[in-house]
Amino acid sequence: MTSALPFPSKKDPQKHTPVPVLPPVSRSRASLGLGVMAAQGRFGLQVCVECEAVQYPPRDACLKCLSSELNWQDVSPYGTILAETTIRVSPEPYFRERMPWRMGLVKLNAGPMLNCHLHGEVGRGNNVQMALKLDKAGQGVLIALPLEGSENMQDDPTLRAMSCNPKRRRILISDARAPIALALTEALLKAGASHVFLGEPEAWRAWPERKAFEGRENVSLLPLDATDTSSIAKLSAEIGGKVDILINTASFVRSGGVLGNDTTFARDCFDVNTLGLMRLAQGFGPGMAARAQDGINSATAIVSILSVQSLMPDKNYSAYAASQAAAHSITQSLRAEFRGSGLRLVNVYIGPIEGDPWFQHLPPPKVTPNAVARATVNSLIEGLEEVPCGDIAKDIYARWRADALLLEREITGEAP
Amino acid sequence: MSDSIANVTDALASGAARIIDLTHTLDPDFPVIILPPEFGQCARFRMEEVSAYDHRGPAWKWHNLTLNEHTGTHFDAPIHWISGKDVPNGAVDEIDPAAFIGPVVVIDCSAGAATDDDFELTPETIEAWETEHGMIPADTWVLMRTDWSKRSGTDYLNMAPDGPHSPGPTPAAVELLLKRNIRGFGTETVGTDAGQGMHYVPPYPAHYLLHGAGKFGLQCLRNLDQMPPTGALLIAPPLKIKGGTGSPLRVLAMVTR
Repeated sequence: MTSALPFPSKKDPQKHTPVPVLPPVSRSRASLGLGVMAAQGRFGLQVCVECEAVQYPPRDACLKCLSSELNWQDVSPYGTILAETTIRVSPEPYFRERMPWRMGLVKLNAGPMLNCHLHGEVGRGNNVQMALKLDKAGQGVLIALPLEGSENMQDDPTLRAMSCNPKRRRILISDARAPIALALTEALLKAGASHVFLGEPEAWRAWPERKAFEGRENVSLLPLDATDTSSIAKLSAEIGGKVDILINTASFVRSGGVLGNDTTFARDCFDVNTLGLMRLAQGFGPGMAARAQDGINSATAIVSILSVQSLMPDKNYSAYAASQAAAHSITQSLRAEFRGSGLRLVNVYIGPIEGDPWFQHLPPPKVTPNAVARATVNSLIEGLEEVPCGDIAKDIYARWRADALLLEREITGEAP
Repeated sequence: MSDSIANVTDALASGAARIIDLTHTLDPDFPVIILPPEFGQCARFRMEEVSAYDHRGPAWKWHNLTLNEHTGTHFDAPIHWISGKDVPNGAVDEIDPAAFIGPVVVIDCSAGAATDDDFELTPETIEAWETEHGMIPADTWVLMRTDWSKRSGTDYLNMAPDGPHSPGPTPAAVELLLKRNIRGFGTETVGTDAGQGMHYVPPYPAHYLLHGAGKFGLQCLRNLDQMPPTGALLIAPPLKIKGGTGSPLRVLAMVTR
C-alpha cells in the first residue's frame, strides 16, 4: 500500500529552496533508445533482426549472434523479481538525498534480466509489469510496477519523481479561450490539481464561455496574453513562484496556402503559435526550472499543445503549419535547455478539434476537447514527453516517425 | 502675424489658455475594433524591449512597437474607405498639414448616450445645437461627446451576439455635417460610426460619406467633457506614413479658461 500524498504545507520563507540535482545523465548511444521509448510511454527493447533475441542492456551487436541489426520494438512488459537490494550509501548527489533506495533484478518473460528501480508495492518473488520511464535527467530508466497497484500507487515517491503528476500541483493554462481549456481544467482538478490558473487574453472582448470558469473553487482567471510580453512579465511576477505545470493552449489558425495566404495572418500565426510559446517559456521557465525540486508541489513540466501539422506540410494551412513546425523546433530547444533542471517539456500533438470553426468544413475523425484533456493529464501522470492524441495525430505521428519524406509525398501527392 | 502667435504663446504662458489631452494611452489592453474572424484584424498595440540599460544596449532603453494605423486614439484619412480611395491627397502623408490644426465644436450627446447605448446623432440634434451655439462654421472639426471614453473592459465595445452597441451618427446627420462642409468628425467610441452602423443605408455612413467627401475622422477620443461647445482649437497631426490610411496620434485641444 502506498500512503496518499500529503497536502504540502506552505513554504517556510527562511528555508533555501533546494537546487535541483539530477540522476546520472551519461548514456551510451545505444541506451538513448530507452529514453525514446519512455518518452512515448512504450515498453520496448532492442530485438535482433537475425535471431530475435531480446537485448538488455542496449548494445551495438546481438548478445547471441553478434548481428548489428538490432531494432527497437515493443516487448511484453511482464516478468518476475528474482532479487532485490536496498542501497544506503551513494556518491551521487541525487540518490544521496533520497536514501535508502531499492533496486531489483527482474527476469523478463521475453528473455533478458533487467536491473531496475522498484515501486514501493513490489518486492522479491512478485510478478511485475515493467515500465520505461524518464527520470529527472530525462533518460529512460526501468521501474518494476505492481500488476494491480493500490489506489495511491502513483504517489510512490520513486514513481512520482518519474512523472509530472498534477496531483497537489498548481497549473497555469495560458489561454482560457482555447476550445480545450474548460475540459482541461476539469480533468486537472479531477486528477487532484490543487489550483488551476487560466490566462485570459483581451478581457475587453466579451466571451460567453467565461461563465463556465467564474466562481469555481480553485480556479482563477488572470490577465495573460501570449502575444503581450508585458502581460507575461506581470503575471509571472505575481504567480510565477506557484506555477508547477504550464500548459500552453494559445493558438491562432488561418487557412490558405503560401501563395494564397497573406503575411498579416501568417505573422499572427507566428506571433501566437511560435513566439507566444517562446515568450511564455521565457517568462515562466527560469522560475519553474529553479523550483524543480521544491517538494511535493515542485515545478515539473511545460506542456505544449501542438498541431500535428507541425510535422507535415499542409497546403491548406501553410502559414499555420509553418508556425507549428517552428513551435515544434522551439519545444526541442527548450527540452534541451531545461534538461539540466529536470523540468520536462511535453508535446501533445492533436488533429482538428471538434467544434473548432477553423476546421469546421473538414470531415471526421476529429478530436474532442475531452480527449485532448484526458491525453494531456494522462501524459503528465505517466511522465511522457511525446503524446499524439486522436486518430489523425496518431496516424500522422507514426508515419512521420517511420519516414518523414514518405509522409510528405503521401500528404502532397493527392490530386489538387 | 507674429503678434498673433505671440498672443497664443502668451495666453498659454499666462494660463489664459490651456491644453486638454484628448488621447488615450497606447496600452496593450486598449480595445480595438473587432471584425468577423475571417476578415483581417486590427493589430493590438504591442511593445517589445530592444534593450533596457543591459547587455543588449548598456546605456539606453528602447522598444519596438507593433500596431495598426487604426489602433488607439487615431486619425482616419479619406483613403481609409472605399468611397474615398480616389480622393486627391487622401493619404495621411499627402494631406495639407494646415488641416491638422483648426477650429473645433463639440456636440454634447452624453445625456442621450447615458440611457441609450445605440444613441443616434440626428439632424435634429445638430440643429438644436445650432440654435443654441450658431451654425457650425465651414472647415471645422465636429466632435460628438458621449462620455463613452469613461467606459472600460467589455463595456467599451459593448459587444452582443448581434454586434456592438455604441452611439454614432445617422446617415442624415452625416449629410447635414457635409452640407456644413466640416473638416472632420470625431468620436469617443472605437469608430466614427455607431456600433450598429453596418445596418444603416449606406452602411457605416460616417466612414462612407465623410471619407467620400474628403473629410477626416478621429476616434477613441477622451476628455471631451472638458471641452467647450465652441471656441477651441484642435491639434491633430497624424504620423507622416507613406500612403497611410490613418495614424495613431496625440490629439490636443487648446481652450481659453
